[in-house]
Amino acid sequence: MAYSDKVIDHYNNPRNVGTLDKNNQNVGTGLVGAPECGDVMRLQIEVDPETGLIKEAKFKTFGCGSAIASSSLATEWLKGKTIDQALEIDNMDIVEELSLPPVKIHCSVLAEDAILAAINDYRIKNGLEPIKQKEKI
Amino acid sequence: MNTNMKLPIYLDHNATTPVDPRVLQAMLPYFTEHFGNAASRSHPYGWKAEEAVDYAREQIANLIGADSKEIIFTSGATESDNLAIKGVIEMYAKKGNHLITCVTEHKAVLDTCRNLEKKGLAKVTYLPVGTDGLIDLNQLQDAITDETVLVSIMYANNEIGVVQPIKEIAQIAHSKGALFMTDATQGVGKVPILVDELGIDLMAFTSHKMYGPKGVGALYVRRKNPRVKVTAQMDGGGHERGMRSGTLNVPGIVGFGAAADICKKEMNDEAKRLKVLRDKLENSLLQIEETYLNGHKLHRLPHVSNISFKYVEGEGLIMGIKDLAVSSGSACTSASLEPSYVLKSLGLDDELAHSSIRFGLGRFTTEEEIDYAIEHVKKAVSQLREMSPLWEMFKEGIDLKSVEWVEH
Repeated sequence: MAYSDKVIDHYNNPRNVGTLDKNNQNVGTGLVGAPECGDVMRLQIEVDPETGLIKEAKFKTFGCGSAIASSSLATEWLKGKTIDQALEIDNMDIVEELSLPPVKIHCSVLAEDAILAAINDYRIKNGLEPIKQKEKI
Repeated sequence: MNTNMKLPIYLDHNATTPVDPRVLQAMLPYFTEHFGNAASRSHPYGWKAEEAVDYAREQIANLIGADSKEIIFTSGATESDNLAIKGVIEMYAKKGNHLITCVTEHKAVLDTCRNLEKKGLAKVTYLPVGTDGLIDLNQLQDAITDETVLVSIMYANNEIGVVQPIKEIAQIAHSKGALFMTDATQGVGKVPILVDELGIDLMAFTSHKMYGPKGVGALYVRRKNPRVKVTAQMDGGGHERGMRSGTLNVPGIVGFGAAADICKKEMNDEAKRLKVLRDKLENSLLQIEETYLNGHKLHRLPHVSNISFKYVEGEGLIMGIKDLAVSSGSACTSASLEPSYVLKSLGLDDELAHSSIRFGLGRFTTEEEIDYAIEHVKKAVSQLREMSPLWEMFKEGIDLKSVEWVEH
């Protein structure tokens, strides 16, 4: 299968690979997917308590090129956003940006799930109710 | 690095092989100059074509220790598998309708069996395999009955290269009066396979896995002790002793014959050379932490190695080793989203099946290419593991089996 140039670029030069301290009060960690399904994404955000903006985002992904690119792109988009703005990131935006073929749409869904999971981890840590998937839109 | 090395390096010889230039030369006159129909009896164009086909039939028969009359030309191994299994079930319906095969067979065998089951024409036993990829002869012994007409077990597996105990399987089949058929697509031309010595009654194989052209294959059908017959699956002019109608692909058959002739002369040396290179590749890659060899280490073709790189996903790895043309047992490389059924049959976790790469060496593989491949794979695995959350968890001593995964 031929990958789009953007997928190849993210694969070859992944943005924001790494690990944030998951015990930090301001860090939210989302771990989604399963090894037996062939993709696992861990996405982390660090929220600036003063401004409420996401000041850092990191990922690590076990998966195909499209999964790696989807999570890499997600971290790029998350930085500088508020939590509310981050929740607006839709998987179809990722599909469009990376020109993912239909068979790879699940990679973008996983990235969206990872964002929500990271936000919810952050919310729970800070005494807030987690947001359910369907309430998002 | 030698700049003459052609990238990507082709290490997928179990999928197909390039046509040997000597084979191509043998074929060329049969496209234009000697283009006759081998079934035309009334003029020299036809005679010339027939003569070439007879010669090729002889070359192919020689490779497997058969008589040339026992070679039926087809379009490839898939057709040969279909013809053998469906043809035997139809021809021997009076004896019974039980078939025995195994779970790691190629789809050409498995789906043919399923088709017969679905139509109510056969009952099929699918033997499991052990973690080494080998069937258990005791289980075959238990499964076989007087109703069994055919035992069909592949010579060597296409994904892991594991070679089954063919001679013993044939003996068990014959002990109950069943025929023994083998899909030897991966083995013929790579290692010596002699039909009499092994007790093979029917054997499917193809030209394009042995440096011949695509689109031509053969079914060996035993003529003596016992005389085996299959019912034709395609109606027409009654070519190939009535078992397979259709105008013969003369240039393809000439190429198949030439390829067989070269294999007969060169395969022993080639197998030795490739085993050295394969072992070098394999041993180097297995030195990487958390890598596993799939399939039996010894009962195996000399040019194949299937390795799982734990905590790295196969398709991601293939993208990382873009200078190598290899294939993966990962779901992502196939149309379905299921990882390789062959690797799962060995009892591999889905996760390890997803992480597997098959390396298939061939006639034109050089040591320089293997050295390059080793470094290329090592680098990609290390980079992807740096990016893998599973690798990090493993390094932290977290048991991945204890994690509650959020499947999607």
